[in-house]
Order: sequence, then C-alpha cells, then structure tokens
Amino acid sequence: MDNDLSVDLQDQVQRAASAGYALAICGGGSQPQPGNPVQGETVNLTGHTGVIDYAPEELIITVRSGTPLTAISALLAQHGQMLAFEPPIFSAASTIGGAIACNRSGAARPWAGAARDSVLGCQILDGCGQRLNFGGQVMKNVAGYDVSRLMCGAHGTLGILLSVSLKVLPIPPESVTLARTCGADEAINTMNQLCGKPLPLTGAAWLDNQLHLRLGGSPESVRQAMHQLSEYDRGPDIWSAISNLQHPFFDRQAPLWRLAVTPTSGLPPVPGDWLIDWAGGQRWLSSPADANTIRQIASEAGGHAQRWHAGDGPVFQPLPAGLLALHRRLKHVFDPLGILNPGRLYAEL
Amino acid sequence: MNPASFLAELRELLPADAIVSRQSTLPAWECDGLSAMKRVPLAVVLPTAESEVQAVLRLCLRHGIPVVPRGAGTGLSGGALPHEQGIVLSLARMKSILELNPLLRTARVQPGVRNLSVSQAARPWGLYYAPDPSSQIACTIGGNVAENSGGVHCLKYGLTVHNIQSLRLVCMDGEILTLGGTSPDSAGYDLTALLTGSEGLLGIVTEVTLRLLPLPEHTRLVMAAFNSTHQAADAVSRIIAAGIIPAGLEMMDNPAIRAAEDFVHAGYPVDASAILLCEVDGAMAEVEARTSQIDSLLRDSGASHIRHAETEEQRNLLWKGRKSAFPAVGRLAPDYYCMDGSIPRRKLAEVLDGIEQLSRQYGLAVANVFHAGDGNLHPLILYDANQPGELERAESFGADILALSVAVGGSITGEHGVGLEKIDQMCLQYQADEMACFHAIKRAFDPAGLLNPGKAIPELHRCAELSAMHVHQGQVPFPGLERF
Ligand SMILES: Cc1cc2nc3c(=O)[nH]c(=O)nc-3n(C[C@H](O)[C@H](O)[C@H](O)COP(=O)(O)OP(=O)(O)OC[C@H]3O[C@@H](n4cnc5c(N)ncnc54)[C@H](O)[C@@H]3O)c2cc1C
Repeated sequence: MDNDLSVDLQDQVQRAASAGYALAICGGGSQPQPGNPVQGETVNLTGHTGVIDYAPEELIITVRSGTPLTAISALLAQHGQMLAFEPPIFSAASTIGGAIACNRSGAARPWAGAARDSVLGCQILDGCGQRLNFGGQVMKNVAGYDVSRLMCGAHGTLGILLSVSLKVLPIPPESVTLARTCGADEAINTMNQLCGKPLPLTGAAWLDNQLHLRLGGSPESVRQAMHQLSEYDRGPDIWSAISNLQHPFFDRQAPLWRLAVTPTSGLPPVPGDWLIDWAGGQRWLSSPADANTIRQIASEAGGHAQRWHAGDGPVFQPLPAGLLALHRRLKHVFDPLGILNPGRLYAEL
Repeated sequence: MNPASFLAELRELLPADAIVSRQSTLPAWECDGLSAMKRVPLAVVLPTAESEVQAVLRLCLRHGIPVVPRGAGTGLSGGALPHEQGIVLSLARMKSILELNPLLRTARVQPGVRNLSVSQAARPWGLYYAPDPSSQIACTIGGNVAENSGGVHCLKYGLTVHNIQSLRLVCMDGEILTLGGTSPDSAGYDLTALLTGSEGLLGIVTEVTLRLLPLPEHTRLVMAAFNSTHQAADAVSRIIAAGIIPAGLEMMDNPAIRAAEDFVHAGYPVDASAILLCEVDGAMAEVEARTSQIDSLLRDSGASHIRHAETEEQRNLLWKGRKSAFPAVGRLAPDYYCMDGSIPRRKLAEVLDGIEQLSRQYGLAVANVFHAGDGNLHPLILYDANQPGELERAESFGADILALSVAVGGSITGEHGVGLEKIDQMCLQYQADEMACFHAIKRAFDPAGLLNPGKAIPELHRCAELSAMHVHQGQVPFPGLERF
C-alpha cells in the first residue's frame, strides 16, 4: 500500500519531454467519462500509493495520487472522518488522483463544497518533469497563487498529481433520507427554498417524480429537521447509487449528458429523461437531442454540458475565444511542450 | 513613459473628480493598513464603472504605467502600497450591490462594496455572507477576493474562495473575462480559484457573485479561561478530536485579553493566561447538546472559568473584543506589527513557546490573537517607531516568527497576503522552480508586468541573494527543527 513511485514517474515524464512524445495519464481507469481520448504513452499512477501523513485532530490527510478512494475512506472512517466532498467511487480501482483531476464530488456538493474546496495543497510533475509543491498541509495558506485548486478539474492537462493534501471532516453521526412525490418544476423550487433555510441538508435530488432529501448531522439537528419536514416520508438511501452512476436511471440507451446549471433554472423542453441532483445544480439528461441543442440549453441555463456516454463529438462545452486563449497560455506555463494529456480537455490544450 | 502626457490623456478619459494628482492630497493613499511602508503615487484614479477601468488599463498599458489596485486599504501586507511611477486604481466608488437573489442565494456586487454591507442587505431574507474578516465594517469585497480573506467563522464556513461563485475581471490589455458562474462548476480550468488570493497581480476584479448562506437558527458563544496557553491549545485539539466543528474557535493570550478588555469592557477575565471563544450554531437542541459537550471538554482541559453569553448583546460584545483586538493592542504601545503565520494546529504550544523566547531575545513585547481552530496566528509585536532601531527589530522578530511557522510545516501567511511585507519570506516557503511557475502565471495574464509590480512573488535573484546571505552566516533559523 505504501509505494512511492515519484522518481520513476519523474523519469518517465523527463524522457517524454526530451523526446517530445505525449503522455496519457491514467489512474484507476474507472472514470466513466475521463474526457476526450488521448494518444500517448500511458503513465500509470495506480502503483503510486499510500498515506503520507494523517493526523485526525488536524483534519488533514496527505496521500499519494494512486491511492484507492476505498482505502482512504476506510482509514478515515476508523477515525470517524470522511472526505467532505464524498467523491463518487465508480469502482474499487477509483483513485484519489482521478477524483481531484476531474473535480468529482458527491451528493453534499452544494453544502460541503466540491473536491476543489477540500484541496489544501499538492505535489505535481509539470510537463518538463519538474516536481513542484503548491499550497501546504495547513488549513490556511495564501502565499503564492492557488495552483492546487487550479489542478482540480484540469484533467491532468496542467500536471501529473503526485500527492494531495485534503481537508477532512467528521462523519455526521446521523443521516436520514426523506422523500415525497412531486413534479420536476416544483422540486427545483422546493430544493432552492430549502437551501435558504438553516436545515442540515446533505443531499437534494429529484428523479422518477420523487423529491429526495438527505439530512445529516447530530441526532438533535436531524430530529428537529425531520419535524420541520413532516410532510415527507422516509425514503430509500439512493445517494451513492446516484453519485456512482449505478442507479437504474443510468442504464438508459439514449446518450447521457451531465449539465451543471444555475440551480434555480427551469427544465427546458427537450426530449429525454432528467435526474436532478445537487439541489438543482447538477442535472443528468438522457436524450436523443443533438449535441448543439444540449449545449445551448446548458448555456441558457447559466452553465455547461458534458457528454457522458454514447453519442459522439467533443466531451466538454467549448470556451469563448478569450477564455480559451488564456487557457492556452496557462497550459504553456505548466506544459510548454504540450505532452500532458493533450486534447483531453480541448483540442487546443 | 511620459507622466505628463499620460496624465493629460487620463484627464480626457475620466471626469475631473475621478483623478487625484495634487501633491497635497496624494498622501491620503500613501499606505494601506501596514503603515510602516509608505509611497506617494503619480496619481489616484477612482473609476465608477467597468468601462472606465478598462479604458484606464489600456491607457496605462500604452504608456507603461504601473497600476496598483486598491479597495479600502485595510490590507496588512502592503498589497495596496503605491508605486511611485504608477497610479493607484481605487475601486472604492464602485460600491453597488447589483443584485440580490434570495432563491438562488447569491449577491452580485461591485468590488468596492464593503464586506459587512452584504450581510446587512441579505438579512431580510434570512441570509448572510459568511466570511467575516475583523475589518469587515471597512474592507471591500474586491480586497477580500484579492487576499482570499478569512474571518472568525471560516473554520466551519470557509474562506473567501469557498464563498464566491464568479468574477468579472478586466485584464491589463482591457479584455473583460467572466470566470466561474452560478452553476456549481464551469467549463475549463478553475480560474476563480486561481484569481482568489492573487493580490491584484493578475487583473482587476470589477464584479463578484457571492454565495449567501441561511442565517443559523441559534448561536451560542462560550468563553473559557485558562491558566496556561498550553491548556487552551489542548482544549482546541480536544474539541476538534471530539468531532465538533465549531462555527468559530478563537484564542487570545493575556496581553491581548487585557488590551481588549480595556477597549470594549466585555468582562474578559484579565488574569487568565488565555481565553478561548468557541461558538456553536444550529437548531436549538443541537446548540444545547454541543455546548454541554464543549463545556465538559473545556473542563477536562483545565479551564478555570467558563461563561456562556446569555444574550445577543453579550455575545456581540465578546466578539467585538476579539474583532477589535488589533486596534486594542495598538493602544498598548505607540506602534504594533501584526503577523499572520499559519501552522499545523498540533504545533500551537510549541510555536507559542518559540514566540515567547523570541520576544525576550528581541526585547519587544508581543500579544497573541489566533484563529485557533485553523491554526492561524496573529502575534502582534509592540514597538515604538520613534525609538531608533525598534522598527527594524520588530521586523526581524516578525521575520523569525514566519520562519518558525514555515519550519513547523506551516505558511508565512494564512490570510493577510504576501504583499510587499513578506516578499523575502516567500523564499523560505517556495523553491526557485515554483517561484518561476508563479512568474510564468503572472506573465500569462499580464505580460507587461504592470499590475501591482514587485508584490507577492519575489524575483528569483532576490531569493538567491537571501539564501547566500544565510549560508554566509553559516546557519539557518531553527537548525533543530525538521525541514519541510
Ligand atoms: C483591524 C484589521 C483587522 C483585520 N482582520 C482581518 C481578518 O480577520 N481576516 C483577514 O483575512 N484579513 C483581515 N484584515 C486584513 C484586510 O482587512 C483584508 O486583507 C481585506 O480583505 C482587505 O480589503 P481592502 O478592501 O481593504 O483591500 P486593500 O487593502 O485596498 O487591498 C488589498 C489587496 O487587494 C488588491 N485589490 C483590492 N481591490 C482589488 C480589485 N478590485 N481587483 C484586484 N485587486 C484588488 C490590492 O491591490 C491589494 O493587493 C484586517 C485588517 C485590519 C486593519
């Protein structure tokens, strides 16, 4: 479990940099949608594992990027703690590096923050094979630009994560799911209304004409909230099935899209089925509609769409020209030769 | 660069009252909250609209004029310290709350809006803006974003970076970018995070969409007194180890307690070596249960005295003492120098001992105020700038505290930023390769290097010179400590 491959990985990047060939960075390979395909020599991070430092009373853990999420969760749970962003665990092979690089977060995203919100520091290999350290192993650190959070969601195009330091939180002692029948528009409105109230919400999702709420916290706070939400029944614990995309909703044949939108936006008229998560902010759409239609829907709703499975064409929503130019300049900062996951995010990066 | 023709063109762009260039008036902008550093700028420009910001930046780029952005000037690291050949670009007049969306729980504001006024505006909807720097009556949202400011409630509710959704940025060449959005994430890189804490070096923030939170139903503040700072530090660890994340967990040592008591008469125990202020919020039953749990943890750690704020007034008064600790301590001596080290919480007692030792060594008193819950220290060094050599001694003392913070695995700044003040200490925390990366990021946004030049990221040769100096003296600070 404790296996430091930093030196080998650094060698591999330096060889690629001097010969000028591309690298395809690979964690557990469990991400259902890692991004656009990459042609290159595989950099396999699954052997680069282990906990570098964990002091439960500091609420901080530092791990190598290839460490399986299941192992991290198990260790934290022994101390009554968890990763606040509840990363989806797509399979036993899922690694922390993959969760951070793709900025994957679970049901509590609107309240506990995204993966990027838990990141405190990281060590990376840049595209020249230099080992760089950013952030730190403390709760607060504003020295230098926040490169650690920049790595979240960069899909490995700015650096290979070697290790990350993450803020952890206590596991809520009690967790309860409530549900009631209601339509999508009412659900969107209700979820947003409830978010404006001081309730211990840790999940709010809608599917199959059911609004599901998860409450998490101390027994006292959960009990009081249940009292306030007395029109709801107890519901099934659907949360990890939704986050891990194992719910039957995801078995549909039509192409699957992930839309991140303004949580209050209404459901647009488009053929297909919706699953609404994150109190309205993350929506899954299984639809035969063409990519342009879906991208337009997403941008009109204040967000963006990712093609998830089936269908074809680019995975990510195109960027406006000015932003894309800035992305290219930043890519050049970290990977001047363009060898780290080229094309993964955008063809130009 | 021709200042006269630059000023002439500037006057054509903006109304007369938006430009200050009279030598007699300029000193009002000569420093920020770090008053030991002063410089008079070429001019101060006070735009009222984004289009004016854009036009000013383009003009500055054409003339090669440096631009120092400024909010309220409460920064404590010289971030808004003027450049003698440059302008101060004050965002103070762009102070409208553009939109407050209660259902979406966001406030879209201009950068010059004061931090506290956002929570005041949101209150009728049962919402507030969580990051609450002690300077919140004065400091601006633009300054908060540029520094990634924290507050006494950020242990539970996060720093500025966790509470903003999107930014509008005017780049040095006048290009306007929207970063982030009201969706939970955006396509491409997380540039909102990169911009937060970038100290005005990458672009001018002209609009910010803030995330608002529901006001907690109930709040209770517990104050505990201790006969030693070690016991207080131990209590902090016990509370966290018990799985409690208080809304706030603050500590003051005896000199800070006395100063704050003199200032606000909150009823702090002036004989205590340290006090903790621990706030719990939530539903009534939750608050009851947590406070009784915290009471017993505090007692187990040896608290000599525990008091609950019985009324909202008492609670506000106890917080007021903590939030005005800087000016309060400021009355103990002609001058004070506020430090901002951030350390792993378990090193608290060790670092406090180190600071005490340094205090004796330098012959300068120190009062300590901390965001104890997240290991962010604010030692306040007392000195008298009129005594020859005292300012320099205070600065060396401060530099040693920061070196100690880095040596125990922490950071030279938890929330006040590097600015000009801690530029040398950056060399302790980062290696040349990382520093080169920071410079390259800066060039990706501002190739001409005109935005807040000389701040936040030291030139590489500066670090080389400093490290040669240390080697020359044959010793590094705190040789007994493990290096990180
Ligand atoms: C008594 C006191 C208590 C304090 N308590 C705290 C505390 O609890 N927590 C904390 O974090 N800080 C605290 N501070 C520090 C300070 O208040 C914060 O750093 C604050 O965010 C600065 O805001 P400002 O508007 O005064 O910014 P300024 O001081 O004017 O500027 C700060 C930096 O931001 C840049 N800047 C300002 N506006 C913009 C913009 N629109 N676009 C780009 N760059 C910009 C400036 O160039 C400068 O680098 C305290 C200061 C004082 C004096």
